[in-house]
Amino acid sequence: MGDKKQDELQMIPVYIMGKKYDVPAELTIMKAMEYAGYQLIRGCGCRGGVCGACATVYRKAGDYKIYTGLACQTVAEPEMYLAQLPFYPANRATYKFDEIEAQAETIFALYPELFRCVACNACTKVCPMDVQVMDYIAELKRGDIEKAAKTSFDCIQCGLCASRCMGELPQYHIAQLARRLAGGKLAPRSEHMAEIVRQINDGAFDKWIADLKAMDQDQLKEVYSNREMEPHMGDENWRPKENRGLVS
Amino acid sequence: MKLAYYPGCTLKTKARNLEDSALAALKALSIEVKELDRWNCCGAVFSLADDDLIHHIAPVRNLIRAQEEGCEGILTLCSQCYNTLARAHNLMIDDEEKRDTINRFMDEEPDYKGEVQVIHYLTYLRDHVGWDALREKVKTPLRDLRVAPFYGCSLLRPDDVAIEKDPTILEEFLSALGAQTVSLTEARECCGSYQSLANPDAEQQRLGKIFGAVNRSGANAIALSCPMCEYNLGRQQHQLLEQNANLTATPTYYFTQLLAVALGIEAGVCHFDLNGKPAFELLKEKSYIVSAAS
Amino acid sequence: MTQVPIFNPIASQDKATLEKIALISGQDIYQCMQCGTCSSVCPMVETMGMTTRQGIHLLQFGKTAAVMDARIGELCASCHSCMVRCPRGIDVAKVYDAVRQLTLRENINLIDLNEIPKETLTDAPQIAFVSSFRKLTS
Repeated sequence: MGDKKQDELQMIPVYIMGKKYDVPAELTIMKAMEYAGYQLIRGCGCRGGVCGACATVYRKAGDYKIYTGLACQTVAEPEMYLAQLPFYPANRATYKFDEIEAQAETIFALYPELFRCVACNACTKVCPMDVQVMDYIAELKRGDIEKAAKTSFDCIQCGLCASRCMGELPQYHIAQLARRLAGGKLAPRSEHMAEIVRQINDGAFDKWIADLKAMDQDQLKEVYSNREMEPHMGDENWRPKENRGLVS
Repeated sequence: MKLAYYPGCTLKTKARNLEDSALAALKALSIEVKELDRWNCCGAVFSLADDDLIHHIAPVRNLIRAQEEGCEGILTLCSQCYNTLARAHNLMIDDEEKRDTINRFMDEEPDYKGEVQVIHYLTYLRDHVGWDALREKVKTPLRDLRVAPFYGCSLLRPDDVAIEKDPTILEEFLSALGAQTVSLTEARECCGSYQSLANPDAEQQRLGKIFGAVNRSGANAIALSCPMCEYNLGRQQHQLLEQNANLTATPTYYFTQLLAVALGIEAGVCHFDLNGKPAFELLKEKSYIVSAAS
Repeated sequence: MTQVPIFNPIASQDKATLEKIALISGQDIYQCMQCGTCSSVCPMVETMGMTTRQGIHLLQFGKTAAVMDARIGELCASCHSCMVRCPRGIDVAKVYDAVRQLTLRENINLIDLNEIPKETLTDAPQIAFVSSFRKLTS
């Protein structure tokens, strides 16, 4: 929008939960909703397309198909009928991670509904992250935890798959268990991680934390605003100027 | 004919003994098959409701995968996969209206019109190797085994997917391995299938009948091809024996395990641990086992 | 003077159920001549509340509730022994699958996933879960 004045903006009609609003074109769905007067408390998180809080379902005028997107990433279109889905109930099994084994049977016992999948593929079609949901469910049915962990890697836990599943599976929770088992029990351990954990336990960072704790709000704001960020397109040799915290 | 191998949901874990022995045997027979890159569970049972098409999606999707990979045939080991895939294939040929609806529903996939033939491992052996040729490749004839061939239902019914009418294929196969076969009255009947989960008492009753027949037949081993049959007849057997003192334990084998043993393939490939101890003991006692070390 | 009915028509509610069964199964149960072959070859018949022949007979008279109570549909393992042997060409398994569908389509499960013992969940093969959930859950 930038410098354009309100009357220069091209306005488009969108229907939010059935009610029509005219909103400026080129806004994301989330901004369009805020423009229309919605104050988002749930269904809004990182605004960067990774947290999975703002799953949105919409239809286009005269089109039978269901479309989905993240409200913070998807640009509003004229005549869009939309509703946000801040949360979708799905069975999430409880387990003690230390006590379960990285085998297919662990998943079968915690999520027997896995076997109700009929391969209709509605989950994959609805996924805003283009994850091959049906495929990772197929991989889990055959007990391939590592492959399912890879296939489901881009999942952001928005729950849209579960909302469309005719077998009533909580796909994204099952995939999360698979990734936990794969990452926590099957993948080789990372040695530099162990080293940094050792340093933390040895108190190498205690002074830093103490310094932060001693600051007042304004000081904290300043430190935060001036923090050093890795450039978006930084090459692999990029190193921060502040390097006291790096593993040597 | 370019073949795609379709394992099915159970063969990578609980029925590894079926898959690994079968693939090792093919290798020993100089036959190469490639597993489908992408596949899903076939659904295990063919939907019988005339107005229910959604349950045909899973098997048809696999046929499409085989077609996408340029294969004219899909090779199955599990009896229920064979049954479900073959019937879905027939449906897609026979019923134009349902075919169109199913194809339209899967708008993300290419259409399927019945291009991929569904073949079971047993018929493949018969037609592409032949019993005489197989007999010549046998290194360890299983002479002292009296095997009860258990076909179950999925390989035989309905008629349009039967691997053989009035079947003798398992008997011929076992004879080629040098084994004796016995006549089993329950050979072509159902193992009780999924009832073992939902109605365990009904299942036990079924198993009682089958094992009564097995014991009467004088068999000292049972050969089968289905992970569902193997679970009921093999893994659940101890429960049956605990309640019926008059029945005798009889180890169960996938037919491919017997094939691998007869071809002299190292026993580790057969994962006899999954069959239970008596299965391995019997073959060891008969000196059929080739271990990796020897 | 009491009138003796010469024909006892099927209640309209039962008629509607029968039509549903015919639609789902694609089978004509009035083809059945009550020979009993299906019952004699059925591997699960002893555990059912009545034989498969009796079930078809009752269906012919619209007694659908009694057939559902006998759990024939639930206990059928779809082995098709009856179907290949029926002299009248009825796919009996399809008839009872339709009866089972009547229950499932009311959103009633015939197996409770939460009641399956944990040992069974870790011991049984995937194929057992896939097939029983397909046949017995809605």
